[in-house]
Amino acid sequence: MTVTRRGFLKITASSIGATTLATLGFSPNEALAEVRTFKLAHTSETRNTCPYCSVGCGVILHGLGDRAKNARSELIHVEGDPDHPVNRGTLCPKGAGLLDFVRSPNRLRTVEYRAPGSDRWERKSWDWALGRIARLMKDDRDRNFIARSPAGVTVNRWLTCGFLAASASSNESGYLTNKMLRAVGMTALDNQARV
Amino acid sequence: MTNNWVDIKNADVVLVMGGNPAEAHPCGFKWVIEAKVENGARLVVVDPRFTRTAAMADQFAQLRPGTDIAFLGGVIRYLLEKDSIQRDYVKAYTNAPFVVRADYAFDDGLFSGYAADKRSYDKTTWAYELGEDGYAKVDPTMRDPRCVLQLMKRHYSRYTPETVESVTGVPRATFLGICETIASTAAVNRTMTSLYALGWTQHSVGSQNIRAIACIQLLLGNIGLVGGGVNALRGHSNIQGLTDLGVMSHMLPGYLTLPTENDPDFSTYLEKRTPKPLRLGQMNYWQNYPKFFVSLMKAFYGARATKENDFCYEWLPKNDKPYDILATFELMSQGKMNGYFCQGFNPIGSVPDTNKVVAALSRLRYLVIIDPLVTETSTFWKNQGEFNDVDPGKIETEVFRLPSTCFAEEDGSLVNSARWLQWHWKAADPPGEAKGDPEIIAELFLRIRALYAKEGGAFPDPILGLHWPYRIAHSPSPEELAKEFNGYALADVPDPKAPGRLLARDGEQLGTFADLQADGTTASGCWIFCGSFSQAGNQMARRDASDPSGLGSTPGWSWAWPANRRILYNRASADPAGRPWDQSRSCIYWNGKRWVGNDIPDYRPDAAPTEGVSPFVMNADGVGHLFALGYLADGPFPEHYEPFETPLERNPLSAALSNPVARVFESDRHKLGTAREFPVVATTYRLTEHFHFWTKHARISAVLQPEPFLEMGEELARHKGIRSGDRVMIRSRRGRIILRAVVTKRIRALRIQGRQVHTIGIPLHWGYEGLTKPGYLVNTLTPSVGDANIQTPEYKAFLVDVQKA
Repeated sequence: MTVTRRGFLKITASSIGATTLATLGFSPNEALAEVRTFKLAHTSETRNTCPYCSVGCGVILHGLGDRAKNARSELIHVEGDPDHPVNRGTLCPKGAGLLDFVRSPNRLRTVEYRAPGSDRWERKSWDWALGRIARLMKDDRDRNFIARSPAGVTVNRWLTCGFLAASASSNESGYLTNKMLRAVGMTALDNQARV
Repeated sequence: MTNNWVDIKNADVVLVMGGNPAEAHPCGFKWVIEAKVENGARLVVVDPRFTRTAAMADQFAQLRPGTDIAFLGGVIRYLLEKDSIQRDYVKAYTNAPFVVRADYAFDDGLFSGYAADKRSYDKTTWAYELGEDGYAKVDPTMRDPRCVLQLMKRHYSRYTPETVESVTGVPRATFLGICETIASTAAVNRTMTSLYALGWTQHSVGSQNIRAIACIQLLLGNIGLVGGGVNALRGHSNIQGLTDLGVMSHMLPGYLTLPTENDPDFSTYLEKRTPKPLRLGQMNYWQNYPKFFVSLMKAFYGARATKENDFCYEWLPKNDKPYDILATFELMSQGKMNGYFCQGFNPIGSVPDTNKVVAALSRLRYLVIIDPLVTETSTFWKNQGEFNDVDPGKIETEVFRLPSTCFAEEDGSLVNSARWLQWHWKAADPPGEAKGDPEIIAELFLRIRALYAKEGGAFPDPILGLHWPYRIAHSPSPEELAKEFNGYALADVPDPKAPGRLLARDGEQLGTFADLQADGTTASGCWIFCGSFSQAGNQMARRDASDPSGLGSTPGWSWAWPANRRILYNRASADPAGRPWDQSRSCIYWNGKRWVGNDIPDYRPDAAPTEGVSPFVMNADGVGHLFALGYLADGPFPEHYEPFETPLERNPLSAALSNPVARVFESDRHKLGTAREFPVVATTYRLTEHFHFWTKHARISAVLQPEPFLEMGEELARHKGIRSGDRVMIRSRRGRIILRAVVTKRIRALRIQGRQVHTIGIPLHWGYEGLTKPGYLVNTLTPSVGDANIQTPEYKAFLVDVQKA
């Protein structure tokens, strides 16, 4: 008999239910219809990598929602990827709690703005915020751009704005960020490698 | 890492110093246990605290924070005195036999060329003596008094076991026992792996801590071997990747460097970075620098980068001085910065001297936060009572907070510390209005570009000319970006070795950086990643976990840079004739025609052993550097200097108290404390249950470790009348914080120079945002002083005083 991993879980889940109920005097056939199915039986599994430390453990994300147009996908469970050569299915206490990061009440959901001297956030649109930031950056750059050093060397740098890039973001994000920042002439940029 | 996580299982000795993988990298640490259980390995742990890694150790030594070089220098002396070195390896594969210039000197803590007024060295004398043929002079007997091995012997003669004990606090017998274990791996059939992390880097001598272990591993013949190497465990999940991609002030992708003012034109820039071989026939791989650089400029600027305009060299910014994170906050606190972006970064928590950081941020005109979570940096303007006592009305900074996605809500790749680029897939929709980082960057860039197109302004050329080939301009896909940093052909690329054949056709993805060209016919955004997304598809997404060699290298799992190589410098795993030093852990070998075996050779695959090409192909001399030449700012040999805040009045090893070339800003100098006022040594660290300032937003982690605390030894606690659970105030010259005491046996008082020195440990995960109990930011205490080479702050050794609150 060939049993897939998910199939094995299904069998185990229903057997446990059946056995328990059988000891209570129910007939297994009738009882099965009453038992709640194993919660991971109908989830979509997605391969991912733990975003915390640099071991890079493989994780399996279990989500509800089948990616249909009107169905929002939501995570309900995270576990270690047993195929991963380094972690072989295990996770540390942080990794095992990843679901609580993804669904943290402190996740940011909206664009916010704090005006000079204010003591509160105001809700804004992406369009407004990005437009305002672009304007601030351009005015700053136009005013403070250094085309030549005092010795007359072409230096084309902009020193009055800096950027800290995320060491937990993807290579694709890091590459694009660097490409864009060098184009505007920024040199005060860093990632968490120093701290 | 030179090696990789699973490879640790092949080691005979595991040295953990400057790290605590049992708690900070738990799922990687299991390979240390595997080595102990299955391979009979000995685990040696040296740390200021008795950590959970130490709890598994066969030998443990507690040392005073900031004295690692004193310890490792003692190990070097031991190996040289006892002749416990892998002599054939040292002679053939390191610069031990190379003769150093006669005017190189070391005198009482200072190397030759020191300029006190500039706090820097003229490094001219830190070089080989060259023969008339222009190549370095070598004495194969290694007896010449000016050869590297003899200089090294002389340099470390001061590091006696007695000195090691009185500087580090490690008893002589414990130290010698550890030396013996380490020395056992000089045998060709035994290897030691070195595992380290921030415990070595976060010192004013951080880079030299790593240099010291590199020297030891070279002397023992442990680099390039299965179960050996120098292995940086690293921090964040993609800190390796962001560094590989050059997202640092002085870098460009693939460890190319940003030009400075001293590189006024393209040819000067290339000439300085394209080394000439120092020995006949060496690969000297950086001679290909122009190919990597031109391919990068083609990826950045596309058709605008031409041979005629030096591939847009002028468009790159050129630095006049370093703009690392400490320098940036110094400029900000002087009011010289207007804008700042924090993308998944909480500097108010992670940068030293929190009060300085808050004052600096308050002087900005605009601050943009891009993050999946609330951070203290985003609310630095809010009054948080005792934890952040500011007046919002007086802070004129405009703050934008943009919600971004997290790992579960996006596709992409991360590089782990073993250099594996692992692809991941989106599993859930982001909350609310959150967007992915690439999309946020793209939308912002397109707006700026539109403003320049419409209004003109300061030097718009690189902004208008940036190559932006993405199908959806405001949302480049991860695949498009990955294909771009991998690289592609811009024309048919002929194979110079086989006329009429092509390396790649126009438009094809490239399979290897060996195909990159300096004439503008190839583009590659990060040459070391070339091969990760080839014509055969996304290699980072591979999931073949098979391990044909049994050595744990899984070559079909994801993709490792460079060239899917799992062990760097692996040519050194075989002897000069091409036979493995140890058959039972064969990595690559010469089969008479080619290099073959269990890994991709880090070497020219058809270079016969008789050609005498040395294994460290990135170096112009082809060998491993016991003597670092001029590559480091603070000396060719690692030398012990006290931390900038030290309990001692003088350095027992020389007249130079602290690192003579580490940078200290004038505004920070008066904020360094003395032992008279602050007699207790402090070190910061991390816990298993938390990741930096991030997991305090995750309920489980917040429940497991809810409240800030410090760890202190029983003797200090008795002396101060403090019991476990008491509220304690810790003061440094920068500020003060209050937290709970945990009195422990894990940190003992040490006898240093005849005096008792106490150490406390402070985990740093809490703050005033999150699901944990609100608390102070620990970096309120730490000094804004960095390593002399890379400016990593000295978080691991500073002075405080403690009292009951």
